[in-house]
Amino acid sequence: DEIEKLAGAMAKVGLSQCMQSKWLRIDKDQGGKYFRTDTAVSDAVQQQLSAVVKGDFPPKPELEKLKRRKLVQAANYKTYSVAKGPDYAPQRAKAATDITQEMMLDGSWKSARFKPYNFAALGQDAGAGRLHPLLKVRAQFREIFLEMGFEEMPTNRFVETSFWNFDALFQPQAHPARDMQDTFFIKDPANCLTIPSGYLDKVKATHEVGDCQTGGPQDPAATPIKSLGYRNTWSEAEAKKNLLRTHTTAISAQMLYRLAQEKEFSPKKYFSIDRVFRNETLDATHLAEFHQIEGLVVDRNLALGDLMGMIEKFFEKLGLRDIRFKPTYNPYTEPSMEIFHWHEGLGKYVEIGNSGMFRPEMLRPMGFPEDMQCIAWGLSLERPTMILYKIDNIRDLFGHKVDLGMIKTNPICRLVK
Amino acid sequence: GIQFDNSRYNSFIELQDKLHENICRKRTLVAIGTHDLDTIEGPFSYEALPPDQIQFAPLNQDEKMTAVQIMELYEKDPKLKQYLHIIRSSPIYPVIYDKNRTVLSMPPIINGDHSKISLETKNVLIECTATDPMRAKIVLDTLVAMFSQYCTEPFTCEDLLVVGHDGKEEYFPDLKEHFVSAGVEYINSIVGVPLQPSEQIELLKKMQLNAEHDAGSNTLKVTIPPTRHDILQACDVAEDVAIAYGYNNVPRKVPSTNTYGKQLPLNKISDLLRGEIAQAGFTEILTFGLCSHAEAFAKLNRQDDGQTAVTLANPKTLEFEICRPCLLPGTLKTMSNGQQMPKPIRIFEITDVVLKCSDNDVGAMNRRHLCAMYGGMSSGFEVTHGLLDHIMSMLDVKLDAKDGYALAEAKDGAFFDGRCAKVLYKGEEIGLMGTLHPSTLEAFDIPFPCSALEIRLDTVTGV
Repeated sequence: DEIEKLAGAMAKVGLSQCMQSKWLRIDKDQGGKYFRTDTAVSDAVQQQLSAVVKGDFPPKPELEKLKRRKLVQAANYKTYSVAKGPDYAPQRAKAATDITQEMMLDGSWKSARFKPYNFAALGQDAGAGRLHPLLKVRAQFREIFLEMGFEEMPTNRFVETSFWNFDALFQPQAHPARDMQDTFFIKDPANCLTIPSGYLDKVKATHEVGDCQTGGPQDPAATPIKSLGYRNTWSEAEAKKNLLRTHTTAISAQMLYRLAQEKEFSPKKYFSIDRVFRNETLDATHLAEFHQIEGLVVDRNLALGDLMGMIEKFFEKLGLRDIRFKPTYNPYTEPSMEIFHWHEGLGKYVEIGNSGMFRPEMLRPMGFPEDMQCIAWGLSLERPTMILYKIDNIRDLFGHKVDLGMIKTNPICRLVK
Repeated sequence: GIQFDNSRYNSFIELQDKLHENICRKRTLVAIGTHDLDTIEGPFSYEALPPDQIQFAPLNQDEKMTAVQIMELYEKDPKLKQYLHIIRSSPIYPVIYDKNRTVLSMPPIINGDHSKISLETKNVLIECTATDPMRAKIVLDTLVAMFSQYCTEPFTCEDLLVVGHDGKEEYFPDLKEHFVSAGVEYINSIVGVPLQPSEQIELLKKMQLNAEHDAGSNTLKVTIPPTRHDILQACDVAEDVAIAYGYNNVPRKVPSTNTYGKQLPLNKISDLLRGEIAQAGFTEILTFGLCSHAEAFAKLNRQDDGQTAVTLANPKTLEFEICRPCLLPGTLKTMSNGQQMPKPIRIFEITDVVLKCSDNDVGAMNRRHLCAMYGGMSSGFEVTHGLLDHIMSMLDVKLDAKDGYALAEAKDGAFFDGRCAKVLYKGEEIGLMGTLHPSTLEAFDIPFPCSALEIRLDTVTGV
């Protein structure tokens, strides 16, 4: 207690250190009094601290002890040595990003410093307008046909009569394709206004009995067709029903009809690439509208080999070789063939189109002679485009849901490199 | 003396179903009924009676019902409800009776339960009723030809005398062969291979067609069995020869037809213009030719005078109610779908619209239109206006009220008042241009201002 009075706050710490260093001893018998021991008092800590002040540090374990007792505190001092660098200039100069007109005028480009350019980043967007991918492929097909001497048909006519879309093509009236399910019929205007009347009678007779009054300026021989026909009743009202054309062959029929009315026959190659409409169930690869590509050759004495050779040449220009044909059925062509090409990636033959020679029941009532043949083939525009640009869903290619960004980055159409 | 087992029975039913679906045009042209001959007794009669006078137990039912009840019964039947309409509205329904007034069937709906066929049936009666007699013959011939192979004495059947209401008598099934004559030269001209008549005959045999050569006329007389009703004419014979020869064996050559290529002027100028507009910084779009009525009228705040748009009779969805009479809806829908793109957004389209017209054979025509739209932080009216000037300059049309193009203020539901102009070419209106009305933009879900231009291209290009 006396010690506490004398030493104050230091008493406790001092006492424990003295006991530890054995400078004092406590005599419990004499009521807890402290007695000096005989040990010489040598305050190591005091010595250490004095040394520290002088800049002479004790060994690490001792230093740690002093730190722990908070008698010593570590302080960090940072020092810099500064000297003039290579770009030292009395005034501050900013690095330029580009050469400017002012620099060129005052020659300051010679002394200016330029920021390093980041060649790994992309440049600025070209900001250009673009053409639509499907129409780029259409342009390529158009070019191919023109290169091969084909004439473009006027297909700007979506609303068509059943007559030109079906009957003139010898497609029977009671046929599934004419169902409401597959064809868009028109409410207004529901029926067409006129059909060339003489021709209408010939088409009616051909459907009903397989023959008609053949002949015309190009067909003086007027040999009979000698077909069995469909042996049913042909209705003019049915033929007059308006619809949205289901194929561009409706236009081809009109072109052929016009050609047959000429005084003299001239061979022709026609083509078209335009929109057609089908009232079908929609899925990832089918829409209600799509584009059909069609080519025809009209000449005397054309045979199956000519059709196959023409198709082969056409697809060669698309870079597709190894073409094979398989029998199929179309109401208006006979013989009919499905066109296949060898797909390297899939390792099999893949269907690419349809073709055939138009039936005499279609050509003769128009007024063509017996030896005049018309070979034709067709395919869709969407399919090769989707294959070329690796698009799976047709809605990503055609319609208002197409990604505008895709149109901007879509590459040039190169069908054959 | 037919012998049925499970697979033959199923096949028999499946064949009838397939025929009903296709050539019978879903039973609207021909209906087939097959019955166990041993449960009924001829002669049979084909009559028509008012529905409440017809009473029988239909297939798989125990109770007798009137025809009225039968129709009601099948209203919910997934398979049969689609055929009810064929006779429903008629005051009399067709029905086939046997000698004892047992109902065989009520075509084209359902057969009677009494005469139903089972695996034990030994003798089958086939009846075909139709509105197209030719098809009925074809269907009957097909059914008999295909199934008679299972008879005790294969490929035999018993024919029946059918007496028409006019007393005309005919035996059915017809099963007659018919003959088609095809010139040897003609066949070769189609196939493209110089075949001898004997070679052609051999090839036709492969296709199960017998033929004889008539040296005098150098033609083949080909016998067509009743199963080949697809052969109408010499070209069908030629196709069979070609198939037997093998399409891929025919030597291919390119026709020597000499012609010159030619572009349709309208398409040529359209393609050139498309390029020019893309070069001016606009991105091309391609939208559908069909749209809903609202998209072309109500949403654009425009009235339908009934003389403009072509309407469809059988649209499967609302999206295809009419043929679009203008390009604006498609362009607006595309702008709406692409609203996340960085602004400004510049899009265009050059394609056909469809309009009613009274002076051609069909009553409707296509017209080539151009539509361009700008969308961004502001409507960009001056940009769209600039594009119009650019297009006119590309078409070599001067800004001149009499001999060129001019603008005059106009009012249109789709455009904002005071920011709408009609485009005139030699005094005639060819289209509109302006800032789109906020209510139009709202109707199409576009949250930023836009301006647009739509003009017809026929008069100004002279094509």
